[in-house]
Amino acid sequence: MRFVIKNNVLIPGSNTDGNSLPISDIPSIPQPPQNPNFPYNNDLQLLLTGKQLLLEDIPIAFQEVQSHYENGYITYRKGIHYEGKKPVCTRCGNKDPHHFASYPCSRCGETCLYCRRCIMMGRISECTPLIGWNGPVPDTILPSKIKQWQGTLSEGQQVASDHVTTAIQQNQEHLVWAVCGAGKTEVLFAGIEAALAAKKRICIATPRTDVVLELTPRLKAAFPEIKVASLYGGSEDRHLYAPLTIATTHQLLRFYHAFDAIILDEVDAFPYTVEESLQYAAVQARKPNSAMIYLTATPNQKWQRECWTGKRAFTTIPARFHRHPLPVPKFEWCGNWQKQLQKSKLPPNVLRWITARIQSNKQALVFFPHIPLMEKALPILRQLDPTIESVHAEDPNRKEKVQQMRSKGIPLLLTTTILERGVTFPNIDVAVVGAEDAIFTESALVQIAGRAGRSKDHPDGVVTYFHYGKTEEMVKARKQIVLMNREGIKRGLLDDKK
Amino acid sequence: MDFSMQNRCLNCYEFILPNIGWRAIFSVEKEQLICQTCEGKLERIEGEQCRICSRPFQNIDEKFRRGDLCHDCFRWEEDPEWHGYLERNYSLFLYNDFLKEIIAKFKFRGDYVLAKIFSEFLKKRLTEITPDIFVPIPLSKERLYERGFNQASAILLEAGYQPNHLLSRIHSEKQSKKSRSERIHLPQVFQFLPDIQLAGKKVVLVDDIYTTGSTLRHAAKLLKEAGAASVQSLTLAR
Repeated sequence: MRFVIKNNVLIPGSNTDGNSLPISDIPSIPQPPQNPNFPYNNDLQLLLTGKQLLLEDIPIAFQEVQSHYENGYITYRKGIHYEGKKPVCTRCGNKDPHHFASYPCSRCGETCLYCRRCIMMGRISECTPLIGWNGPVPDTILPSKIKQWQGTLSEGQQVASDHVTTAIQQNQEHLVWAVCGAGKTEVLFAGIEAALAAKKRICIATPRTDVVLELTPRLKAAFPEIKVASLYGGSEDRHLYAPLTIATTHQLLRFYHAFDAIILDEVDAFPYTVEESLQYAAVQARKPNSAMIYLTATPNQKWQRECWTGKRAFTTIPARFHRHPLPVPKFEWCGNWQKQLQKSKLPPNVLRWITARIQSNKQALVFFPHIPLMEKALPILRQLDPTIESVHAEDPNRKEKVQQMRSKGIPLLLTTTILERGVTFPNIDVAVVGAEDAIFTESALVQIAGRAGRSKDHPDGVVTYFHYGKTEEMVKARKQIVLMNREGIKRGLLDDKK
Repeated sequence: MDFSMQNRCLNCYEFILPNIGWRAIFSVEKEQLICQTCEGKLERIEGEQCRICSRPFQNIDEKFRRGDLCHDCFRWEEDPEWHGYLERNYSLFLYNDFLKEIIAKFKFRGDYVLAKIFSEFLKKRLTEITPDIFVPIPLSKERLYERGFNQASAILLEAGYQPNHLLSRIHSEKQSKKSRSERIHLPQVFQFLPDIQLAGKKVVLVDDIYTTGSTLRHAAKLLKEAGAASVQSLTLAR
């Protein structure tokens, strides 16, 4: 879109008007003062508070948006701005020239630069205004009782819960380092309640849609009278204003200075660690004065160092809620397993391990580093039991297979790292074939080990890393697990084995 | 050549490993825009196909084939109102899941630069067709504003051809939301903008996808009636 500045107000201009400019070329965008007598549109207020949207995302005529701007209730920001001569995408922070391209734009009539990195959320180009709210914040009416959840926390959870609450109240950053199966979600409830009671807007962001879908009903049950917006690609709550938002990390790109507290789940996981835009999005989405709670089972080396040297505020929950120690992985050398697989064979110790599970009717997950090798192993193992299945990210039947595994319809499931986190099967053993592969990082290996021994009734499970050469990552993963168990004993969070 | 800009795949951002060999050293090789994995997922239309619309026969049932025509083209040609307007359609690739994804990203998400993926293939075909005039299927004014660019013009421009905007479109519902019979029995959706002598000219219409052929036939009819010697068409996908 092109604009002209008239009387210190931005007015849409036509493509033929020589005085008009694409929004990114306007040196500074004036913000008209708020007109207290302007009857603003409540739907726009609910839609735009704390957001940065494109015109296409707003189901209201442009004229009305413009009149809100002219009366000081809406802000326009440049979709792409320049740092010196370098373009930067205002929404996702992209500065990498690989992720920019340009096109002859029929909206502004010029060759228009656009960002390819966040194009899945709608195209941002040099003539795209990002639209936000500048008026009063919608009022939320609080129920007399905010939290309905009545459960009790373990000792470890309680300590973390108190620290999270303090951090949220005092707008601090805090890391909760909780082992797989510690019960992270419950730890958040007290903090969320405190935030809601103070009429704060709070968001739980997680990398994956599955987790959003799983968390939403749990939070709605814990806070039944609080409006919850559940956001992921294609969700229906897109336009819902709610004091409590549960979103995929990608959805944070649509928010700007929105939240008094953000809880970032699985900060160690893909894609958050790889895509800089998501880290940028999290920073953009929080208010300048706000709290940030990080949740993870496996912080990276840098964060671990910061924790141990006192540079990062953190709380560990070293023990599972069932008070049994984490299964410690065993290392087993299995020779050149890839070569064996090429000959349609599996290393004898791997085969022995699998046969033992099938004979004793113990379900197991077996991780492989790559799909083609896993597909090679599948027919070999099906000779033992034809109902063995394999699953990977692009498998159309992924959900069904995981469901079948849960209902014990599958004795053994071969998988890529796709099932390394988030899924819980009550009573399984876990093996990794080819644990030396670079895809199995410390964090991936800790997560994989965390699949075993999840339920109270079956707190034990065997975890074996079959490898062709032990790696640093494997050693670090085991060390982290041992360390957590030791801390659990020290703090009295584990029961003695009888 | 700017190495930092050229060695990533336009579609998947993976690094493209250059082919090192005598040919690469001694000849000017055209720049690689997409990686081999992505290029491998594009399926060329090959083998026996419909004389008019290039629909490949190998994947369709015998009963949908009428001699050297597919059932659809047969029905069009049988109708005296439509007979003979569209001489021939060429399509570059099968509209498989991969291409569907690329075209959706290109057209609906508006990732303009993806048009470049097809440039070399388009050029090759167009040198065979040797048309005089290149006419992109137009978008309505409203749709053009919404998308920011016309995908058919983009394909032409990026391949180095100057599109001739001879047609305009009356705003209506998106084609992809209509059934075949709705599309065929539509009143003329295009208008001819008469600012060029068409008499005796060989015209090629360009569009992204050939689905029922209705769009192209409506446009072809108008151009033929305006005096074009022949109208052929070229689409990315079929």
